[in-house]
Amino acid sequence: MNIVIPIKQVPETSNVKMDEETGTMKRDGVESIINPLDLYAIETGIQLKEEYGGKITVITMGPPSADKALKEAIAMGCDDGILLSGREFAGSDTWATSYALSEAIKEIGDYDLILAGERATDGDTGQVGPGIASWLDLTLSTYTSKVVDVNLVDEEVDYTTTEQDSIIVERMVEDGYEKLQLPLPALLTVVKEISFPRLPTLRGKQRSRKIEIPQWNLGNLDLDEDYLGLQGSPTRVVNIDHPKVTRGGTVIDVREDGNVEAAVAKLIDYLKSKELV
Amino acid sequence: MEYNGVWTLGEARDGEIKEVSFELLSRGRKLADKLDEELVSLVIGDGITDEQAEELIKSGADKVYLMNAPALKDFIAENYSNVIEDLIKEYKPEIILAAATSMGRTVMPYIAIKTNAGLTADCTELDIEEDTGNLLQTRPAIGGNILATIKSPNHRPQMATVRPHSTKPAEKDESRTGEIVHLKLDSSLLDGRVKKLGFRKNEGDAVNIQDADVIAAGGKGMKKGENFAMIRELAGYFDGAVGASRDAVDRDWISYPYQVGLSGKTVTPKLYFAIGISGAIQHLAGMKTSENIIAINEDPDADIFMVSDFGIVGDLFEIVPELNKQLAEEVK
Ligand SMILES: Cc1cc2nc3c(=O)[nH]c(=O)nc-3n(C[C@H](O)[C@H](O)[C@H](O)COP(=O)(O)OP(=O)(O)OC[C@H]3O[C@@H](n4cnc5c(N)ncnc54)[C@H](O)[C@@H]3O)c2cc1C
Ligand SMILES: Nc1ncnc2c1ncn2[C@@H]1O[C@H](COP(=O)(O)O)[C@@H](O)[C@H]1O
Repeated sequence: MNIVIPIKQVPETSNVKMDEETGTMKRDGVESIINPLDLYAIETGIQLKEEYGGKITVITMGPPSADKALKEAIAMGCDDGILLSGREFAGSDTWATSYALSEAIKEIGDYDLILAGERATDGDTGQVGPGIASWLDLTLSTYTSKVVDVNLVDEEVDYTTTEQDSIIVERMVEDGYEKLQLPLPALLTVVKEISFPRLPTLRGKQRSRKIEIPQWNLGNLDLDEDYLGLQGSPTRVVNIDHPKVTRGGTVIDVREDGNVEAAVAKLIDYLKSKELV
Repeated sequence: MEYNGVWTLGEARDGEIKEVSFELLSRGRKLADKLDEELVSLVIGDGITDEQAEELIKSGADKVYLMNAPALKDFIAENYSNVIEDLIKEYKPEIILAAATSMGRTVMPYIAIKTNAGLTADCTELDIEEDTGNLLQTRPAIGGNILATIKSPNHRPQMATVRPHSTKPAEKDESRTGEIVHLKLDSSLLDGRVKKLGFRKNEGDAVNIQDADVIAAGGKGMKKGENFAMIRELAGYFDGAVGASRDAVDRDWISYPYQVGLSGKTVTPKLYFAIGISGAIQHLAGMKTSENIIAINEDPDADIFMVSDFGIVGDLFEIVPELNKQLAEEVK
């Protein structure tokens, strides 16, 4: 089973702190990491490869330095990496990004499954995964929380049946889990519950250090320029605001006086003033 | 411009129209009024009655496009996308709003590609630009640390998903009238590839946290799973839901569907209790837009107090039982 995993490089935000004066996030000197939610896709891919064979190609669209993310994924156990990079991609929204990625995936060819993260922690749209499925006309399961089973039809057996390769998954919806059967090739976007990402191995790290990551762009892919970058993007960001996240509400400290009852009574008064009780 | 009208994509399960469908109408009504265009609620499913469709009209829809068919009983992304795409081509709406739910966030990006439309995810504010009539879509990004306003000036329809619970459903006006249009499913649009094999409801507190008006959430400070009983009790006084930080979920004190935050769910309740939760930015990313935030934590320097409207510094094992006691008296 051959798998393609689109991954995104995002700014590392876990150590970001709030600036008490401005009430906004301090974001200087942040590092770039693999979108944390893509790690679940990578782990799921590696587990499937371990069970069913095949190979995993990770692909990212980003600046040349994004090859670091690909190498990290290879160090975890993915086989190949492809970097989609060039000025023509700059300013792409999710429409244009999923176009470029889907054309590159076509070029990779011979894939059975595409695994994407549920969303990227920076853009935070979750639109690229379903977008790729739409461009490639693949079956789609979003919010996938479990791979239940994979049915690979033995190539030796007869072609007269209508049976075909398929994957059975659970996807998380608001009030529970839906179980779906999707014929392959399919695209799954995955949530945290699906797997627990492993760390890179020593062997993987050695391999990733040596591996050449090919760079693809208009020069070697047959892309429609009108669909790329800012000009190919239907959406335009027209304003960015940095909202104050701090609220400066009342805080009562009961550690000294131990007067929990009075503090709670004030809380109830607050709730009443907001018509919440 | 040949594109006209504001559409909201209603949601139904088992023939019942869901609350989010009414929330979308209060968003849509405002836009339709500004544009002086028609507001349509499109609902796809099976067994949705005209009586229910009338409720959509009372909540602001001028027209309800209702498509019932047994094959549309379950949400299958490919089928719903094909049907909606077909309707877009026929009726050419100018704006389409869907809820940022597991359905809306699946079907809208799929359709946006096929119709070459701009799509903005998880909006919290929508407006019409004065001179151009373009839809202005505002959404939190980067874990809620910025608010971006986005438009799609040259593409129609303009599509957006809207964060559930970020508006109240429109108040019902019994005297409102409108038209219910029954649409027939063109069965050639059914995709047939994906099969739904079953559905498993969340165990325990069956409340969907994204629908809840009140959420009481516990974190690592709860110390063990059994202690969530007091959080459940607290939520119970408000008919609310229980939530949790990732640390509580990772310790198996509560299951993943209850996780709030970056790698869990984004919620916008009226009231959010953060109990024994430090307020890491990944947690804040999922609850920062709550209307009222109450924090209970023994560490006065915990970040959660920066975003709270009311906080108590102290031992939660003393404070929460006292809170439950006083609430029990209130409701009596
Ligand atoms: C990629 C990524 C994604 C993440 N996604 C999420 C997510 O979706 N949701 C999420 O929540 N986190 C997420 N996290 C984790 C996040 O960074 C924090 O680790 C987590 O939110 C901390 O949970 P907590 O507040 O329960 O625990 P802690 O940070 O350990 O806080 C526990 C708090 O309880 C208080 N406390 C302890 N005992 C008592 C007592 N007796 N009385 C009162 N107070 C007490 C302590 O003072 C402390 O502030 C993510 C992290 C990463 C890197
Ligand atoms: N530039 C990109 N390159 C590769 N994959 C991407 C890119 N942007 C998004 N993705 C994939 O799409 C998912 C959803 O991203 P988003 O729609 O940006 O929230 C991510 O988790 C990745 O799997």
